[in-house]
Amino acid sequence: MQKNNRIEHPEEREKVITIRDLNKSFGDYHVLKGVNLDLYDRENLVVLGKSGTGKSVLIKIISGLLKQDSGTVEVLGKEISLLNERDLQELRIHIGFSFQNSALYDSMTVRENLEFPLVRNRKKLTKKEKDYAVESVLDAVSLGQTINQMPSELSGGQRKRIGIARTLILQPKIMLYDEPTAGLDPITCLEINGLINEVQERYHTSSIIITHDLTCAKQTGDRITMLLDGQFNKVGTFEEVFNTDDERVKSFYEYNFIE
Amino acid sequence: MFYELYLVYQFIIKFFKEVFLPPYEGKEIMRQCYQVGYRSLALISLTGFITGIVFTKQSRPSLAEFGATSWLPSLVGIALLRTLAPLLTALISAGKVGSSIGAELGSMKVTEQIDAMEVSATNPFKFLVVSRVLATTITIPILTFYTALVGLLGSFVNVAMFEETSFSGFISSSLESITFLDIIASTIKAILFGFTIGMVGCYQGFNSSKGTEGVGKAANSSVVIGMFLVFIEEVLATQITFLFRT
Repeated sequence: MQKNNRIEHPEEREKVITIRDLNKSFGDYHVLKGVNLDLYDRENLVVLGKSGTGKSVLIKIISGLLKQDSGTVEVLGKEISLLNERDLQELRIHIGFSFQNSALYDSMTVRENLEFPLVRNRKKLTKKEKDYAVESVLDAVSLGQTINQMPSELSGGQRKRIGIARTLILQPKIMLYDEPTAGLDPITCLEINGLINEVQERYHTSSIIITHDLTCAKQTGDRITMLLDGQFNKVGTFEEVFNTDDERVKSFYEYNFIE
Repeated sequence: MFYELYLVYQFIIKFFKEVFLPPYEGKEIMRQCYQVGYRSLALISLTGFITGIVFTKQSRPSLAEFGATSWLPSLVGIALLRTLAPLLTALISAGKVGSSIGAELGSMKVTEQIDAMEVSATNPFKFLVVSRVLATTITIPILTFYTALVGLLGSFVNVAMFEETSFSGFISSSLESITFLDIIASTIKAILFGFTIGMVGCYQGFNSSKGTEGVGKAANSSVVIGMFLVFIEEVLATQITFLFRT
């Protein structure tokens, strides 16, 4: 099943992330080798790749959690590596990061999880406005009934949704999804894919979706690319990327058992 | 080894930079103070009380030999305030609170909760480390004086079993020999112990390696290193106090 309302020619839009000659190594292991990538306004860009190829490293560099060895990463017109702590925090308000394991604060209720970024970054909000923001994002992920539950009481799919809701509460311009469907059953995967598209439409976000799930890629991606041996092979539609003679791409496709 | 010491130094410097800069996490500091006090209170009460009884019982025969059992309240008071109460409180807190901080932060590190705080434009060092270190630094001195009081109560119970004495008379005899220097030295020592326990727990948890093994290691190291440093500090503090006393 293809993504509905796929954006044609996102290249004509404004760039929100620009990555040039990005290199990152861990010891002797050169993970990213001169990576170049652009993310355009309001598009979903899927980054595919096997485990350990540096997909998560890429979005951690974009969000400033990791530092690159060389190269530039410009987010909303600001070079990440040149920002001081305070400017980086201000920029992060515009970047939502959905973690692979949701990373919910397990000592807090769902409400407290959602309020956490809000009370620290929107200090002038009244209690009523905070309540409205919390209810609004819970409504967006269809989990209003979980508001007073602890993360340990939620299912894997619910945790993912609450994790996404927590990032949405600051209304970010950019969403970074790290393996949004990993460890979920096929039905829940479809729901999460639908939610990613809903987020794009409702919040007008530009997103990078890191995954090795081809169904997720097909259903959520406006453009798709694949990280192979530390570099992106080609950026394009699902068909453009997989219509290739490259054995590495073909084998990745075949092992995903997709129709 | 030297690199690790450099990282510890950086961690401590970062604490002193962050502690004075806004935003201030007052609510979280209060919550942590309550947690630190609440977690240790039962064990500290029991240990302090038993120490008071046992110390009095063990000291009585030696003093009786010289007909000096009337000195018992003073002896217990001095021993409790100068060394036993700060040390006992610090060791129990290192076990209960230090391990808990190490495990909690280690677990948060492993499950990417600290990263999640960082990307949601919140300073995790300020929220997690500064609040916990301040909480232990504030609460452990309070617990120390509480331990001394409970210890005196235990001592009174033992004394009252052998001779007729009033509680107020016992307490005033105990406090007679305690000097202002004793109170100041114990307070400074307890503050130092509290700071050390909080700092060690936070450092171990915040820098724990990935995986569940890392969480266990962080909790264990928090206790072992915390207790070791408390003993070293006790020796140094005693030496310095003696310099002032002579």
